[in-house]
Amino acid sequence: MKIQQTAAAGTMESSDIMVTISPSSGNNIEIELDSTVEKQFGDDIRRTISETLSELGITDAKVQAVDKGALDCAIKARVKAAAYRACGEESYQWGGAGK
Amino acid sequence: MKQLRRTMLFVPGNNPGMIKDAGIYGQDAIMFDLEDSVSLTEKDAARFLVYEALLTQDYNGKELVVRVNDPTTKCGVDDLEAMVRTQKVVIRLPKTESAEDVLVCEREIARIERENGIEEGSTRMMAAIESAAGVLNAKEIAFSSKRLIGIALGAEDYVTDLKTKRSPEGIELLFGRSMILLAARAAGIDAIDTVYSDVNNEEGFRKEVELIHQLGFDGKSIINPRQIQTVHDVYTPTQKEIDKALAVMDAIEEAHKKGSGVISLNGKMVDKPIVARAQRTLDLARAVGVLK
Repeated sequence: MKIQQTAAAGTMESSDIMVTISPSSGNNIEIELDSTVEKQFGDDIRRTISETLSELGITDAKVQAVDKGALDCAIKARVKAAAYRACGEESYQWGGAGK
Repeated sequence: MKQLRRTMLFVPGNNPGMIKDAGIYGQDAIMFDLEDSVSLTEKDAARFLVYEALLTQDYNGKELVVRVNDPTTKCGVDDLEAMVRTQKVVIRLPKTESAEDVLVCEREIARIERENGIEEGSTRMMAAIESAAGVLNAKEIAFSSKRLIGIALGAEDYVTDLKTKRSPEGIELLFGRSMILLAARAAGIDAIDTVYSDVNNEEGFRKEVELIHQLGFDGKSIINPRQIQTVHDVYTPTQKEIDKALAVMDAIEEAHKKGSGVISLNGKMVDKPIVARAQRTLDLARAVGVLK
């Protein structure tokens, strides 16, 4: 998928993360993170964002994330929602629980 | 042992905090909502959130249910595509008015199962009845699919359809509740009552729970963890009821030894329906852990 426009998902409420994704000027993933748990989990959050975009085949994006203590599953969900919106894509792919 | 469905806690599908905490309470089931509690612009975000939570969170063995959007819309089909693939949830169909509504949803579920190598028929369903037409068709709805584990009343839409509003006594719901209960019993599935929205009215809530318990419902949808204990208190057999049930079972065993199907206990006749009720009391007492 290719980022076409700026789009966001999530809220600023506790346990959530607001993720904004825009087209990047370079050919890479840039992540700007503001987190209440930056010291303990900053690297993990960046890794989750990066891996989630990679799973979607996105290699070029600028990500701004404001984290309020979101669990891993919430981070993945917000990144996916923002990414699909930013790509203008509504044909969703689901991996599921496996066969 | 029968699946307990005394309490089914509504959790809005786009609220990560509530989704995170949903497993820590003592309720029997969690119902993640993708429908009315999620705004139209956030349907995609809620779907991703519930999907990711289902794949990664441990909900302590509770029954997991997802209320999807209308399966005749793209949004509803997208919900099913995601949720059926988790292989962890019962699909709750909202605003069910006919057997065909259930079958439309079932066909989509079956297609997704086939396309993903999931055992066909393994995804269970519930149907919520929320209109006059739905109540009048409760029987055909209850019998429409082997996937159905229960039918539920959704009272807010129902009373609006009736051109009335909810009263403290709930007289306006009596016919609908009775229809749904009878349909569920005839079909051998569960009957789940509607939510009680006034969380601060504990006395009113208890009265409503006592009423639906007396009517025969298996449990109630709830909107706040504070409501769990009241429902469980009402649904837990008392020691007196357990002792009476044990005495009935002893008496009937004695009768069988004597080659009889009926016996007297403390001057009252004990026959088949009384034994069935005693057995149900003991099953419930064991299920909730008050009888070993």
